[in-house]
Amino acid sequence: MTIEARFRIDQGDFTLDVDLSLPAQGVSSLFGPSGCGKTTLLRAIAGLEHHRDGYLKVGDMVWQEAGLFVPPHQRPLGYVFQEASLFPHLSVRRNLEYGVRRVAESERRVSLEQAIELLEIGQLLERKPDTLSGGERQRVAIARALAVSPSLLLMDEPLAALDVNRKQEILPYIESLHQDLDIPVIHVSHSPDEVARIADHLVLLESGHVVASGDVHEIFTRLDLPPALDSDAAAIIEAVVSGHDETYHLTYLEFAGGRVTVPREDLRVGSQVRLKLAARDVSLTLEHQSGTSILNIFPAVIDEITAEGSAQVTVRLLAGDAPVLARITKKSAADLALKPGKAVYAQVKSVALLS
Amino acid sequence: MLNEADLTALAITLKLALISTLILLLLGTPLAWWLARTRWRFKFLLEAVVALPLVLPPTVLGFYLLVTLGPNGPVGGLMESLGGRPLAFTFTGLVIGSVIYSMPFVIQPLQDAFSAIGRRPLEVAATLRASPLDRFFTVAIPLARPGFFTAAVLGFAHTVGEFGVVLMIGGNIPGETQVLSIAIYDHVEGMEYVHAHWLSGGLLLMSFLLLVAVYALNRKFRMVQA
Repeated sequence: MTIEARFRIDQGDFTLDVDLSLPAQGVSSLFGPSGCGKTTLLRAIAGLEHHRDGYLKVGDMVWQEAGLFVPPHQRPLGYVFQEASLFPHLSVRRNLEYGVRRVAESERRVSLEQAIELLEIGQLLERKPDTLSGGERQRVAIARALAVSPSLLLMDEPLAALDVNRKQEILPYIESLHQDLDIPVIHVSHSPDEVARIADHLVLLESGHVVASGDVHEIFTRLDLPPALDSDAAAIIEAVVSGHDETYHLTYLEFAGGRVTVPREDLRVGSQVRLKLAARDVSLTLEHQSGTSILNIFPAVIDEITAEGSAQVTVRLLAGDAPVLARITKKSAADLALKPGKAVYAQVKSVALLS
Repeated sequence: MLNEADLTALAITLKLALISTLILLLLGTPLAWWLARTRWRFKFLLEAVVALPLVLPPTVLGFYLLVTLGPNGPVGGLMESLGGRPLAFTFTGLVIGSVIYSMPFVIQPLQDAFSAIGRRPLEVAATLRASPLDRFFTVAIPLARPGFFTAAVLGFAHTVGEFGVVLMIGGNIPGETQVLSIAIYDHVEGMEYVHAHWLSGGLLLMSFLLLVAVYALNRKFRMVQA
């Protein structure tokens, strides 16, 4: 199952020209600077903008092709806008019911109760939108979009209008969406952190064109793409909690390349977590170091090296099959005679837990 | 105090204002909605036509209506040939005149209210499966409620106060087309200042109370939406 989207949208000084194939499962993020066309693309997918030159197929449903345009209200989708955009004249409950009442009973797969429970808004139902905080409003907006049992959930920077604390409040809910409900999500963002946390598939957009589209782990570590060359470049690693060390208050995580140790986290053994390894926190040695304070050392094979500025290089490694980035000095790379195919040890100074 | 003729004039005035306002709300809502949403490049022409009664002397409007609706006019002639009677000097003629005369007072507040909603709430409703008509009734109209209230009160009050158009096309037939403003004029002509005072004072008070209601409610709506 895939989502096929082809659009050519001419807006005078701006042209959006995309031909995309996205997996119809998990979270796909459209990522790029403001003005790159990501919101326009999302609106075209929703049918909120009607452009003649387009083709859109979601699973086996064709929503747009030459001579066919399914209007937005006939598309089984959910849309979360940047501002919550709740109906000010309706209570939270009536806002939630607005969509549900317009969906045939046979097509309801997500119940209103389920959406309310998932977003934990049960205590807000009788309130009016103007009495809610920004974070609460956005949670209601997400629940409202989910309650129509969408076959595709579209989210336009759902966190951009919120402050840092509110973002932290909402993110866990978005993460739990695709674990608890099997609904594909297309999500628009200009925040690398947000994408690192929730994206499975990543589309890089730049001035109306797709620069790259692929698995998020792959795109973040491809040395020919902007994210890996950024000063904050990082690799995203999927890991499983394998155990805890109560004596030293540590948690062990297994990933494709070995074991990672982090300070004790309250996580169930066996649960899935996502880690971020910043390129500047990874150093390389030729032999397994002993007598070091660094706990996280694992073997890896150099895949590719790219010069970065005059003093630094970025090295792409494969630890198992997990791509990892290391940013080191050009001098070190020369001293260690690093080249693709060479086996090394990656020492990781710090690991950030994303979920 | 008021005599029987004054009370009849009051009843006709209120009936005329009520019917004209209802017709204007019914016809004006779709027109105002269309004006608020369209991207038609010549929309300004239609807006100018709607605003015309604001600046036109009522006697000019009344004159053209008289010519059109009278027995020799196109509409009046048609009515006569169909076995009816010309619309000039009838209550129906007054309603037609009032609807045209008070049109901007109803259309403009509605158009402003619809414009103020913006596209977003309607887009949200579309993504929640509401068809265009459904969106209009469940989102646009409730959100434009203060505009409807303003439009109804202004349309009503303005019709109550009209004089020139009524005099031109309605004449001054007691019990049929004699409205309050004309009754006042008659009283003044007849030097019956006490009657004129009662009617004028009553109209003044009513107009003031209606406007107080509009401004007070608009303030409440604004505070609710802020």
